Amino acid sequence: MSRESIIEVENLTKRFGRFTANDNLTFEVREGEVFGFLGANGAGKTTALRILCGLSKPTSGTVRIAGLDASHHPDRIKKVIGYMCQRFALYEDLTVFENIQLYGGIYGLTPREIRSRSDELLDKLSITDLRNRLIRSVPLGWRQKLAFSIAVLHRPKIVFLDEPTGGVDPIARRQFWDLIYDAARSGMTVFVTTHYMDEAEYCDRVCILSGGRIEALGRPEDLKTTCQVDTMDEVFIRIARKDQT
Amino acid sequence: MKRVGFKRFMSLVVKEFNHIFRDRRTMLILFGIPIMQILIFGYVVNSDFKNIGISVLDRSNDTHSQRIMSKLMASGYFHFRGNLQSDHEIEETFRSGKVKAVLVFESDFGAQFNSGESPKIQIVTDASDPNLANTIVSYIRGIINAYQLEARNATGMGLLVAPEPRMVFNENLSSAFMFVPGTMALILMLICALLTSISVTREKEVGTLEVILVSPLHPVQIILGKVLPYIFLAFINGLVILLLGRIVFGLPILGSPILLLAELLLYISLALSLGILISTIAKSQQSAMFVSLFALMLPTVLLSGFIFPIENMPVILQWASAILPPRYFIIILKDIMLKGNGLAVVWPETLILAGMTVLLLFIAIKKFTIRLAI
Repeated sequence: MSRESIIEVENLTKRFGRFTANDNLTFEVREGEVFGFLGANGAGKTTALRILCGLSKPTSGTVRIAGLDASHHPDRIKKVIGYMCQRFALYEDLTVFENIQLYGGIYGLTPREIRSRSDELLDKLSITDLRNRLIRSVPLGWRQKLAFSIAVLHRPKIVFLDEPTGGVDPIARRQFWDLIYDAARSGMTVFVTTHYMDEAEYCDRVCILSGGRIEALGRPEDLKTTCQVDTMDEVFIRIARKDQT
Repeated sequence: MKRVGFKRFMSLVVKEFNHIFRDRRTMLILFGIPIMQILIFGYVVNSDFKNIGISVLDRSNDTHSQRIMSKLMASGYFHFRGNLQSDHEIEETFRSGKVKAVLVFESDFGAQFNSGESPKIQIVTDASDPNLANTIVSYIRGIINAYQLEARNATGMGLLVAPEPRMVFNENLSSAFMFVPGTMALILMLICALLTSISVTREKEVGTLEVILVSPLHPVQIILGKVLPYIFLAFINGLVILLLGRIVFGLPILGSPILLLAELLLYISLALSLGILISTIAKSQQSAMFVSLFALMLPTVLLSGFIFPIENMPVILQWASAILPPRYFIIILKDIMLKGNGLAVVWPETLILAGMTVLLLFIAIKKFTIRLAI
């Protein structure tokens, strides 16, 4: 891999009072990569992701996004990233198109760009007939795919996904990952947190967090080889067990 | 660059308007409640004085006692509810609730009146409503005094000093003059604080606020985008209330309408900043609603001088009242509308409201951004 790193994290530590949520994290994510951030609930995934998105500030350590220092250029970083959180962050009382219009507008797209990208997006998801329906009446599986498509509407360099497939059936999850691959193929870097180990298999590289620390980092195949197991599930259990003893 | 920023901001404003217009509940709170409140306060909660049930226990039954009674009835304030025969009937009639006052003339009332001694009339009132009882006594006293004066002049018994009260700025003592400004202050405070705090906490609950926060919008833009639609709607609301006061209750606007509207805008901004502040503290829509209703409504009703005069409060409560914005707004409203005063008179109150707005907005923005840093 000779691609340049687009996220560089060095000695990132985040404490809430006495509790250390992220303990001295150091890693980098390369351009165009699908990077998985794995861990049980409370391992510190979301905390780290929020810091990378600028929603939160680290206690110590440095974060560089697209070559920019996060503590000095938060505004410039915000323009090149997209974000989708575990809850459906679409407005239920607005229509599909109005949601697209809103986010497009917030990211400074022109009305013409919004219209053409919206047509493209609806066509790709084949939900053109839902264009003027309120989000409230759109099925959950579609909402999630729509939320992702809207999060990348402004064509960010990096998109951060915080447990994007929580509460969705396996088939819809599979379709969702197809969208992620599409985005990655177009050169976008995808940073995704999850606790589904089958999803970990889809990532280029994964980082396993436990107790706020990085326990393993590498390509899924390599991790499986090192642990001498067949699935990521077993890798995870092995690492978690090591953590307990 | 600047224009792109403005367009971003406007897409937020448009979205907020959509939320408001699509939510029937919000629309009802925004426009239904104020109109209802004003009409209810104006008509039902009416402290205007008329048709008070009155009875008489006339042991004297002479021309003077009869003339006093007919004078009382002619005033239009009282409604005659019959003669009583003995003392113990008095309490009984009060219990029925229909009679609020009983006049008792002593048996030698007429004789004493004619001979120039001071004859006695006892006024017994139902003081379960003390304010009403006080008012009744002073009205009856006034009418009896007037009669006495007339009778003395007629018989050439010499003049007495006759105070002639006049109620300036509200000649008819119409209670609408008190309730409309008070209700306006109360309603605008409630609606603005309640609706903004709920709409921000709703976004917090649903998770949309986070997505907006990750976007290139500045926190100040996000707050303004929330507040601007409400400023606009609350302003229209204020106009509706003023218009209702004018058409239905004949409330005048003697001072400058432009000054009045400017003050209205100032007060709305203040209430909205308070709403934003509440939403940075409250975690859920429920707690935002609770704080807005209880922490704002009760003090406003009780301590702002809306219903109870501030001068009569214990000193501690007077201090508490000093930090309540509605108190100053009510003073400003009455000054401009009823007395026709201008900025030369209401500047101290205006300054206080402006200061509070700046302070609250500053804290709200500060808290809003600090929350991000955690």
